[in-house]
This record gives sequence, structure tokens and C-alpha cells, in this order.
Amino acid sequence: MIFQQENNSTSWTLIFSAWLIAFVSSLGSLFFSEVMELVPCVLCWYQRIFMFPLAIILLVGLFPLDKKVVNYALPIAIIGLLFTLYHCLLFFGFIPENLQPCSKGVSCADDSMELFGFLPIPLLSLIAFLIIIVLLLKTRMQQ
Amino acid sequence: MKKNHIVISSLVVISLLFALAAYFYSAQQTETKTKLATQNAKALIPFHAIKKGDPNAKVTIVEFLDPACGTCKQFHPVIKELLKKYPKKINLVVRYAPLHPGSDQMVAILESARSQGQFWNVLDIMFESQEFWTINHQAKPNLFWPYLKGYGLDVESIQQGMKNPKISKIIQQDLSDGQLLGATKTPTFFVNGKPLSSFGFEQLMSLVQSELEANY
Repeated sequence: MIFQQENNSTSWTLIFSAWLIAFVSSLGSLFFSEVMELVPCVLCWYQRIFMFPLAIILLVGLFPLDKKVVNYALPIAIIGLLFTLYHCLLFFGFIPENLQPCSKGVSCADDSMELFGFLPIPLLSLIAFLIIIVLLLKTRMQQ
Repeated sequence: MKKNHIVISSLVVISLLFALAAYFYSAQQTETKTKLATQNAKALIPFHAIKKGDPNAKVTIVEFLDPACGTCKQFHPVIKELLKKYPKKINLVVRYAPLHPGSDQMVAILESARSQGQFWNVLDIMFESQEFWTINHQAKPNLFWPYLKGYGLDVESIQQGMKNPKISKIIQQDLSDGQLLGATKTPTFFVNGKPLSSFGFEQLMSLVQSELEANY
């Protein structure tokens, strides 16, 4: 019984942390687009599509604690990570220019995507998705 | 602290931080925009720009507009109303910001009409019929000609006038001045050189009002 409680407590902390990251990332990306008025490029949009639901679904999983939320959140986070990986490869020049899917509108490899002049937004997104996935996998191992 | 409380308070705190950051960021943006406009005040009203209203009026509204922009269309009657309401106190300067594909052609039509003394007339017709000649945010001049004809204007001579090489120079000048002044969206307004702190009808009205009070 006590073991079960402790187990729940760890799961809660893990899911809560994952939610926190998803929530901050979602608001952060909204800050870029709505407040700083940086137009999101196509790849950014796909990452947003997979980050926003995480902020909601993980929150729902905390009220009350439902560890099964991992089953739903993990696929979303993994697909988001794939887009982010692709974006980072593009941004850091590992994928050549002519393979870019976003020739119109904002370029996905644009310099405007560097926060404070040195922190690339795709890298932030990569870190966020990675941490979320690690936390969710850890939660899964608790079960 | 109960776990639910931790979640709710994080939600509230982070949202508050977001709102605060947004507030400070836009306050700072307004400051930079104003600075930009004062530093580049010379670029605001060049000789070639179209002017309307009493030249001695002490309140000047500079509008960067795009004929294909829906919001510009909505502001059009509001500006006209202002000029009518304060004919001696307010005048208007129109600058071009043809940001939609094909808009430069519409500007060329306006400039050509201007040389025939028909600028304001054609601008009215353009905004009125805007939804019929803009397809998917692209300006299609070919769809506009029937409207000009319908109002009894000489389409052929306007088309002839569009070939004037001066027109593309004016467009280039306006676009680069727009960049310089931070007028990268349409419409962008400056009232006596001051940009709007945030965009909207009311914000424009209150800036005009405060300039009227300051000058009269």
C-alpha cells in the first residue's frame, strides 16, 4: 500500500514536470508568434500542433492522477520530436537548402528563429520534446 | 501543499508571467516604434506622396495602405469621415505598401488615375469592389477593369498611364520608406509622426484626438 502511494507520487511528479514543460513551451511559442509577431514557419506549425495538445492532455491526466495518460501523450510527443529533429537538421544545415519544404512565407532556416541572437527556437523545441519523452517513458516504467 | 494546488498555482503563475512579459514587451516595442518614426521622420512625407485636405492643418495622418488589404478597406470610410469632420484641422498623406501579390499593379492604376485627377475616385471604387478583384489574397487587375468602366472612367488611358516608369520608382520608394519606418503591415498609421501604440479603430481615434487637443 505504502509502496503504491510512493509509486503514485513519483508518477505524479514525472507527469507534472512533463506538463510544466509542455505548458511553458506552448506559451513560449505563442509569445513568439502573438507578442513578438514572428510568423511561424511550416515546420514550427507542425511542432506546435503536437506541443499544444500535450499541455492539455497531461493536465487532464493530473486531475485525478491517471498514469494511462502516458499512452496517449507519448505518441503525440514522439511525432512532435520527429518534426523537431527534421527542423534542427534543416536549421543547422545538415539537410541542403533545396530540400526545404517551406520555400514560401517564412524560411524554416531563417535567422529570425534565433532567440536573443544565439538560442535557435528549433533547438529549444528539440530539448522540450526530448525531456517530455524521457519523463513520460520514466512514468511508464513506474507502472 | 496539496498536489492539485501545486498544479493550479503553477498554471496561474506561468500565465501571469506570460501576461506580464507580453505587457512589457509591447510597451518596449511601442517605444522603439516611436523612436524609429522620429529618427526617420524625413521618410514620412516625401514630395511625391498624395495629400488630401487643408495643407495648413496641424494634424497630419500618414497612412501606408495596400489596395488589396481588407483592413485598409475597413479603415477607408473612417479616415474619410475624420477628414470631413475636421476639414481645417486634419489632412491625410497616402503612402503605398503593396504587400499582397499583384498589389503593385493596383498601385500603378491609382498612380495613373492620379495623373488624370481621378485618384480619390478610383481609390473609392477599388475599395468598394475589392472583394471581386482579390482572389485568395492576390490582386487581379484584370478583374478590376469592368468596375472602372462601370463608373464611366477611361480604362484605356489609365492603362496607358500605368506604363510611366516613374510609378515603379514611387512604389520602390514607398516600400523602402515603409521598411525604414516599421510600416510592415497594412494599414500603418502615423499621426503627426507618432505610430499607434496598438492597432485598432479606437487607438487611431484617441491618437488623433490627443493630437487635435495638443495643437488646437
